[in-house]
Amino acid sequence: MAPRDVVITGIGLVSSLGEGNDAHWEKLTAETPESTVDSERFPPYSVHPLPEIDWSLQIPKRGDQRQMETWQRLGTYAAGLALDDAGLKGDEALCSTMDLVVAAGGGERDGNVDMAILEASTQRKDFDVLLNEKLTTELRPTLFLAQLSNLLAGNISIVHKVTGSSRTFMGEEGAGVSAVETAAARIRSGQSTHMLVGGAFQTDHPDMLLTYELNGYLLRGPWQPVWQRQKSEGGGVVTGSGGAFLVLESREHAEQRGRKIYASIGPVASGRARRSRGELPSALSGLLEKVAPPAGPVLAISGASGAHAATEAEKKLLDANAALATRAFSSRTGHLKEAQFPFAIALAALAIDRGAAYPAFDAGNEKPFTGKPQAALATAVGYHQFEGMALVTAPA
Amino acid sequence: MANLKDHLGRPVVAVTGIGVVTSLGIGKADNWAALTSGKSGIHPITRFPIDHLNTQMAGTVDFLESSSKGAAALTYELAESAAREAIEEAGFSEDDFGGPLFLASPPVELDWHDRLALFEAADEETSYNRVLSAARRLNSPEVFESTQFGSIADRLAEKLGTTGLPITLSTACASGATAIQLGVEAIRRGECDRALSIGADGSATAEALIRFSLLSALSTNSGPPSKASKPFSKDRDGFVLAEGSAALVLESLESALARGAEVLGILRGCGEKSDDFHRTRSKPDGSPAIGAVKAALADAGLSEDEIGYVNAHGTSTPENDKMEYLSLSTVFGERIKSIPVSSNKSMIGHTLSAAGAIEAAFSLMTMREGVIPPTINYDNPDPAIDLDVVPNVKRVAQVNTVLSNSFGFGGQNTCLVMAREPV
Repeated sequence: MAPRDVVITGIGLVSSLGEGNDAHWEKLTAETPESTVDSERFPPYSVHPLPEIDWSLQIPKRGDQRQMETWQRLGTYAAGLALDDAGLKGDEALCSTMDLVVAAGGGERDGNVDMAILEASTQRKDFDVLLNEKLTTELRPTLFLAQLSNLLAGNISIVHKVTGSSRTFMGEEGAGVSAVETAAARIRSGQSTHMLVGGAFQTDHPDMLLTYELNGYLLRGPWQPVWQRQKSEGGGVVTGSGGAFLVLESREHAEQRGRKIYASIGPVASGRARRSRGELPSALSGLLEKVAPPAGPVLAISGASGAHAATEAEKKLLDANAALATRAFSSRTGHLKEAQFPFAIALAALAIDRGAAYPAFDAGNEKPFTGKPQAALATAVGYHQFEGMALVTAPA
Repeated sequence: MANLKDHLGRPVVAVTGIGVVTSLGIGKADNWAALTSGKSGIHPITRFPIDHLNTQMAGTVDFLESSSKGAAALTYELAESAAREAIEEAGFSEDDFGGPLFLASPPVELDWHDRLALFEAADEETSYNRVLSAARRLNSPEVFESTQFGSIADRLAEKLGTTGLPITLSTACASGATAIQLGVEAIRRGECDRALSIGADGSATAEALIRFSLLSALSTNSGPPSKASKPFSKDRDGFVLAEGSAALVLESLESALARGAEVLGILRGCGEKSDDFHRTRSKPDGSPAIGAVKAALADAGLSEDEIGYVNAHGTSTPENDKMEYLSLSTVFGERIKSIPVSSNKSMIGHTLSAAGAIEAAFSLMTMREGVIPPTINYDNPDPAIDLDVVPNVKRVAQVNTVLSNSFGFGGQNTCLVMAREPV
């Protein structure tokens, strides 16, 4: 134990399973899980859509809600849940010195305007002029900001008054890995005492599926759990909408204000394997060595996406370690892209805090785990690039 | 012998390599010559038709191979070009840099021409799913990668041999400064001896221009393009959209001295403070920008009296220049009238994600060369902004310390303090 250990004191979760820690714990530990898959909306793809959310619970001003598209609203909402959970909501002094790191995508375009432009293009030969004509007259002026990457952080500052510093990382799962890794490093080195870190992904938009499908990454046809998609049609990824934010503090900072600690964040390791040269398997072994899970049974909260090559490499590594009991949560929530790693850390911390493991999400591929998890591995291996792992441990 | 640790006991961070590309040219030499002769890089837009557009000039970079190949390709080439110049100057291997990469770059989106091609490639249905169904048959890694937020940094990491997972970041118009701040922090934490910080922006598409137009952020000046960007002038009417890149090789002073590298300047301090007032406007009292300047000074261990020059954010929008003056005059008091404050944007326009890095590079060169680049187009001073803006003509001056400001949409405020020499 050291004063600058990184501890988790707040968790904010939203996914197709619901919102909040209790809802997620209940749904994820249920004997007979209910499916949240929607295969009707974007056939032949399946998605895990958002549940109904009363945005005003975390974003009281209608004016603020109107300035955001769903992705920003979702992230701002999840961030609010985490601040509430850590007892920081409305604490002006602590929020004004709190550092914020957001893992963000963006690009929630106006599909109707885009479609109108594409359809009009069939009658015209001057596409670039058509673009100018339509975009200048039909784009909603505030849409640019409502879907812009760093404006999720901007809205968190405006709505929740988190104003110490604000940085937005981009780059799919890797952004979430770097966000957590950098936040932890800043706390450990004394560069920050308390941070809000996380991300969100809103899949209910054709462009969000497009960015996967341009390289054929999405599962087509009937839904299956993450580990069983290797031979299915398509690329194996089923996306979901959700968000995960964490309040991280130095142990000293959390103890001084008498807060409950969910868990500690131990080593965080990240990498950029040169996958085209076949280096992913050895790179993943290297990450696991770096985070060094303790001897004995360890719960492994895997962010595996289902993407064939990445998921196969991760499965081989985790299966080869007899002590690891793996739970791939994307089987239940869908792939949450930038939020994937923060979500994995959150589920690891919840299991440690509640003193129990999640039952297997796919009994044929995931071992049982009995007893109280003292440590949990969290992974996010990017569907295309970048990978990270962290060890989450009991608060001691 | 210089101190290797700063006033807080952290490793001192030196700059040992600088690279720049702007509308004024490729490389430091061309840029510096143009900048100090008061030349503007702003010109009429030729990349796309200007029909229906209120703004018809920009500071686009039109002379690279990728200039007509879309935002992702151009941003990559801008970043690589600046990085190569910086790494070569620092004397590191061109394909094995050996430190982490921090890249400030614009959010990516599928290019309109690729979107149109997808639409045309599928005809079975008249809904947006038509584009989706064409996507899986396209089989174009280039188009796919142009939509992945991490791909530009991934390619740079591969080419330049940076270590670890490269970080791509966006803090809007403060991004370039944030990339430098992340590098400084990593060296101070002792995670690395050197880091590569890049700001690059090649995203001046028609849609980008229209988006900023719809927010009334751009100059609609219909006179000569070179006169459109006029920071601190009474008749300023918006910024001019521009492209460019800069790269800094950051290195612990200890490592730089140990290998006998030339120290080009010192990154003394970084300060940040976010604004919770509004998505595009600053808190009326300027407190967040004031907080960022003060935080940078404190981080640098310098007092207000020790800043010799301010490289302003100076966008030429009515709002920014007014608020920046309020912030500076609050922090520096009466002395602000005697501190030279100039805006590189008067010549290169607003390079958005790259601006903080480009302006840091120019700040370092200002100290090294002993020449302050002017604020051009300063023909009609705003009487409410009582600053020495180094009007229209460069000034020879010994400058030992610089404050460089970067302020962005979303309440982003980041300031850097740089020094010519270690102490």
